[in-house]
Amino acid sequence: MSAYQDLRWGDRRLRRGPWVRGLHLDLPLLAGLLLLAAVGLIVLYSASGADMGRISGQVIRLAIGFTALFILAQVPPHYYALWTPWLYGLGLILLLTVLILGDVGKGAQRWLDLGVVRFQPSELMKVAVPMMIAWYVAEHPLPPARKALLLATLMIVMPTLLIAKQPDLGTALLVASSGIFVLLLAGVSWRLVMGVIAALGALTPLLWHFLRDYQRQRVLTFLNPEQDPLGAGYHIIQSKIAIGSGGLYGKGWLNGSQAHLDFLPERSTDFIFAVLAEEFGLIGILLLLALYLFIIVRGLYIASQAQNSFNRLLAGSLVLTFFVYVFVNIGMVTGLLPVVGVPLPLISYGGTSLVTMMAAFGILMSIHTHRKLLSS
Amino acid sequence: MLSGMALAVVLLAWRAVDLQVRDKDFLQGQGDARYLREVVIPAHRGMITDRNGEPLAISTPVDSIWANPQELALAREQWPALARQLDLDMEWLQDRLARNAGREFVYLKRHVPPAQAEEVLALSVPGVSVQREYRRYYPAGEVAGHLLGFTNIDDIGQEGLELAYEDWLKGTPGGMRVIKDRLGRIVETVERISEPVPGRDLRLSIDRRVQYLVYRELKAAVQEHRAASGTAVVLDVRSGEVLAMVNQPAFNPNNRGTLRGDHYRNRAVTDVFEPGSTVKPFTVAVGLETGAYQPHTLIDTGPGSLRVGPNTIRDVRNYGLIDVSTVIAKSSNVGAGKIAMNVPPERLYRMFADAGLGAMTGSGFPGEAGGLLPHFGRWYPIDRVTFSFGYGLAVSALQLTRAYAVLGAGGVIKPISFLPVREPPIGERVMSERVAQQVMTMLETAVGEEGTGGTARVAGYRVAGKTGTVRKSTAGGYEEDRYLSMFAGVVPASRPRLAMLVMLNDPRGDVYYGGAVAGPVFGRVMSGALRLLDIAPDDLPTLPNQTLALAGRP
Repeated sequence: MSAYQDLRWGDRRLRRGPWVRGLHLDLPLLAGLLLLAAVGLIVLYSASGADMGRISGQVIRLAIGFTALFILAQVPPHYYALWTPWLYGLGLILLLTVLILGDVGKGAQRWLDLGVVRFQPSELMKVAVPMMIAWYVAEHPLPPARKALLLATLMIVMPTLLIAKQPDLGTALLVASSGIFVLLLAGVSWRLVMGVIAALGALTPLLWHFLRDYQRQRVLTFLNPEQDPLGAGYHIIQSKIAIGSGGLYGKGWLNGSQAHLDFLPERSTDFIFAVLAEEFGLIGILLLLALYLFIIVRGLYIASQAQNSFNRLLAGSLVLTFFVYVFVNIGMVTGLLPVVGVPLPLISYGGTSLVTMMAAFGILMSIHTHRKLLSS
Repeated sequence: MLSGMALAVVLLAWRAVDLQVRDKDFLQGQGDARYLREVVIPAHRGMITDRNGEPLAISTPVDSIWANPQELALAREQWPALARQLDLDMEWLQDRLARNAGREFVYLKRHVPPAQAEEVLALSVPGVSVQREYRRYYPAGEVAGHLLGFTNIDDIGQEGLELAYEDWLKGTPGGMRVIKDRLGRIVETVERISEPVPGRDLRLSIDRRVQYLVYRELKAAVQEHRAASGTAVVLDVRSGEVLAMVNQPAFNPNNRGTLRGDHYRNRAVTDVFEPGSTVKPFTVAVGLETGAYQPHTLIDTGPGSLRVGPNTIRDVRNYGLIDVSTVIAKSSNVGAGKIAMNVPPERLYRMFADAGLGAMTGSGFPGEAGGLLPHFGRWYPIDRVTFSFGYGLAVSALQLTRAYAVLGAGGVIKPISFLPVREPPIGERVMSERVAQQVMTMLETAVGEEGTGGTARVAGYRVAGKTGTVRKSTAGGYEEDRYLSMFAGVVPASRPRLAMLVMLNDPRGDVYYGGAVAGPVFGRVMSGALRLLDIAPDDLPTLPNQTLALAGRP
């Protein structure tokens, strides 16, 4: 992109009222996120069976998320670079703490009870890992040399293993991929990354040994959901039925029989996509994908406009991680991928990951709106 | 990187098209199959009433609680509350659910009052549902137990008239298509496929008042004489309708938890016995029909015994030279035997067979027994004699009662019916009206001062009847001191309306003669029944002050 375009954007911002000039916000991205949040509330209203408790809970979480976005967008990005090692270190310590002291919720040790709020350190790592890798790699000449690459890989693997041990495979994979994305964006060759992943894949039989029973079950279920239609395969069969029942135009809002008659499990959280698909059909799905695509394209544009390596790598990684969220969730609900607990961004009912995501977008906006104009 | 993302997006979109366009029909069908269900709308069974419309068997709505064990297994913590609400033993419940763990339907408790079912549903235990059913209730309890029989828990007739008229009484369940949620609760009715058709009501020929009366008197007599069992049947002489039919000991069809199968048998129809002296009138009728005897023809019964080949038959005492009428009145075995030896065996056999003895009555009652009437071609001389006073053949109480109805109806046999008969059937003639009348007259003397059945008299009415005291047969012979004591009769003798048989099995009291044991039951029942049925007396003394009484009314 040329400097001319940057100036054009800058100029437009300068032409707006003084209150907007003071706020560091990217309006197209904000509009896309707000639209997505609105769609999410509409679908959640139906999926939860008009449960106002859930609706207001989600509104509060969205408010917290957007507040985080606003605040983080105001912080100039060089502060982030400054804080990165400390944030990453804190995250690692918290992950260790949670492994030793953490609360057990739903069979996994993920939570840290801070008295007032319960906190998932793994969520922090979703942002802290790409920041750390971006910071570390940006300190060295690009593309990273072998030694830097090895250290960066270690920085990814450590938190990933700690999270996988909780056990929380979904988050572990997201954290790992956010780090890998930074490496890819930094110019590490695809072949190398794929080679390492393939090598890990070759170790899968070994990995199988370390998987928990329920994780093994999930993989088996993914391979053949019809094998146990009333047990482990139930989720995926029901969600495919719900999606397929929607057809081209869907059954209409609040008319999704699979969800409303309780046949669809986890319908307001991880499987909310199936509710949307049943009620709004293929048209609804394509519109949702278009909305996600808009946000992602805008995010990639922001990354491309970033003025230093740290910013560019971080922005790119955050956007790609967001994409992975969308892809993994929809892939899982439609039966393309195994069931891993990944929510549909901004649509699924649920807390911490929503706030994390909004924080990431806040950082993205900060990167974009704190660019120095090339000429003034 | 970008191409990879584009590929991923295309993959998701393709997958959506795949599911929502290509597999749409299959998946929609699967979806419908998950919530569209056809359920049965139960239809209630027809009511059974007596001839006057009084209810004898009615269906009341009840609820049955069932569960889907697979879903109930997910809510173990609610099991104790469920067991408490249903009054079930916790271990029993656990065991039942464990053994049916792989199924989707198991009854937890059937036939609970709807109010209790409401309370169970209020617990909202996942997988627990209620099914509407109907339970049979018998207002008359054990009074009509044997007659009506009962239905099983699925409301299907198992015994008695409930079984005989199953097709008439049973309802045809309807069906409807409903939307059910995952817990099996009905959310919405989509359409009714067929309406339930309730069973038709059934009106019986039974008169509940007479039935009560017979029940009360028979039960009292069985207790008083410490009899093993007892049976009584009342028939309408003109129509062949069964007005009452009682067995003792009875059972209560509303609560039959502890009873064995043989308690359910309606012995009046299903059990046969040797009728003894009660068939002597038919022996006499043959004698009169052949012309060999007239009512006042004298027969020498001395010396109170009769040798037939190697066998000897005896009277209670030596009656000497008596006429035919007195043979009946005194119940002389020797007299009856001599008549039998003077008539062709074929005529004797025909008379018994035509009067319906030893053959099915065709009433249609389940489990009806035919009895035994050996063909005359196989009779030994002694058979001919013992037949004449009721040994060597076996009849049911219903058959014997009908035979007396034949005498009352002027020698015409009519079909037996448990349902009301609109017009009296014509029937078939068994003996001439004159002979029937002559026998009736003799039967009146049997109840008179000279006879054995004086205990059966009814004030204001002329009674024709005959006692019978039969030694109980066992394998290879007869028991020394065990008897069947019976009385069969017809009232009013001048214009017969009712025929009744009373039989007590093995009375262990001081007396065992039919006249002493069964006769009083006949008398008491008939004095009540005649009044209930508004049958005019035929034996009122001319009251000198009748006109005075009438004049005294305002």
